[in-house]
Amino acid sequence: MSLLQIENLRVTFATETGPVEAVRGVSFSLGRERLGIVGESGSGKTITGRSVLRLIRPPGRIEADRMEFDGIDLLKASEKQMRALRGPRLAMVMQDPKYSLNPVMRIGAQLTEGLLRRDRISRAEARKKAIAALEAVQIRDPERVMEAWPHELSGGMGQRVMIAMMLIPEPDLLIADEPTSALDVTVQAEVLSILDGLVKSRGMGLIFISHDLRLVARFCDRVLVMYRGKIVEELAAHELMAAKHPYTQGLLNCLPRIGGPRAPLPGLDRTGAWANV
Amino acid sequence: MSDLIEIEDLSVTFRAHGRAVHAVEGVSLRVPAKASFGLVGESGSGKSTILRAICGLAPISSGAIRIGGEKLKSPRDKAFAARVQMVFQDPYASLHPRHTIDRTLSEPLAIHGIGDTDARVMRALTDVGLPTAFRFRYPHQLSGGQRQRVAIARALMLEPEILLLDEPTSALDASVQAEVLNLLNRLRAERGLTFLMVSHDLAVIDHMCDRVLVMQNGRAVEELAREDLSHARMTTAYAQSLFAASADRMLDPAGKDAR
Repeated sequence: MSLLQIENLRVTFATETGPVEAVRGVSFSLGRERLGIVGESGSGKTITGRSVLRLIRPPGRIEADRMEFDGIDLLKASEKQMRALRGPRLAMVMQDPKYSLNPVMRIGAQLTEGLLRRDRISRAEARKKAIAALEAVQIRDPERVMEAWPHELSGGMGQRVMIAMMLIPEPDLLIADEPTSALDVTVQAEVLSILDGLVKSRGMGLIFISHDLRLVARFCDRVLVMYRGKIVEELAAHELMAAKHPYTQGLLNCLPRIGGPRAPLPGLDRTGAWANV
Repeated sequence: MSDLIEIEDLSVTFRAHGRAVHAVEGVSLRVPAKASFGLVGESGSGKSTILRAICGLAPISSGAIRIGGEKLKSPRDKAFAARVQMVFQDPYASLHPRHTIDRTLSEPLAIHGIGDTDARVMRALTDVGLPTAFRFRYPHQLSGGQRQRVAIARALMLEPEILLLDEPTSALDASVQAEVLNLLNRLRAERGLTFLMVSHDLAVIDHMCDRVLVMQNGRAVEELAREDLSHARMTTAYAQSLFAASADRMLDPAGKDAR
């Protein structure tokens, strides 16, 4: 059975110049697998992810024919029900640790806050769990990081702290919005293998949002390519190189390659008929 | 003949909480004129710190940096700014949010007492492929790629010989990255610029640079020519792991088998 089902999702923002549709009729379903969503900035991939948690603020509006998570209708759920889902069952790793961590709270306090308030476990136990979570994301010195302030961490450390924070309640579905874009390739590989392990060992579903096609192809089972709020192509990850849509091909071709020719990189041609969907 | 940029046994040490942090330790490199040299490594490896040390933005604890055979003055003088300019990673942070593009681009001219501002600003915009109508816009009215073009235009206002590029495309989309890399290559060919470029993306470095220095924990690990990089002829384990982890390997038929 699928974990998440979305049919004809539309997200509209009312602006001074009229409504702007950021997501225009997106449908997909997700089992306990790794689904990648790729596209350029502004393609609606992050908004799609946020809609699942209903984290779109007015004047933004979410509409869909169907949006179900494990049998729960996310469109009809009350704010209270949503709050109970967010964290323990549905979690999202946000893009930028600089803006997503509370700057005036120590890392340890941020990691244990949910455990103390929601799960009402003892302080010592919460601390133990938090340290274990930091170790799970390969932070070498978790005791020190627990006492650190967010500004004392590098981007990569902050990113891993956020992943640790989301993994503590062991969610069923994790939405990761560019979780590794602030990381170096070597750390990136580590974080991906951590996420991979969780999907495999705990049967977690994962939506992996990224602008990096190569990374998504390497890591996910299935890839959705988004352009201007629509899914233009859906592919099995290993078939990425055989992409048919000119947008996907354009995104692939404009990447430099090791040992590739020194000729100017082909830009993305937006003049085709596909560009005006 | 001496090289244009010579860095000898450079060390940069910061003091934090009474503790010494060795950001760069004993790194040497030489870049001939009109060459393009890459620095690659994970964050915290000291690659950006080297660029900052050249500009006088990081404290040099030992070693020497020479540009065109001359030792650098501290603080850096106007003549240095006319020779060496830097393009920063984040185009959202490196442009003054309350200055128009016109003001951003004409400021270096005013400081250096160069006239003919109007024509130079217009030409700078055209050179980086921006419409001249953008001249009186503010940074928030531009996209990330357009802002990075403005940052490149600003760096070129004084017609420097050397551009220090600190991850110039890592904040940009793949399609925009391609445009900016093409722009940088075109400008280098047209003006005979020397690049010292930092990136964590080996594929970008390979596309842009003739030689590359792999760094880890503030130290130089291995220096490679471009041919050695593309044929995976690196000798150290760290450089090999960096190569293997590069997402670019995915697209390579040979790399696919290795997975």
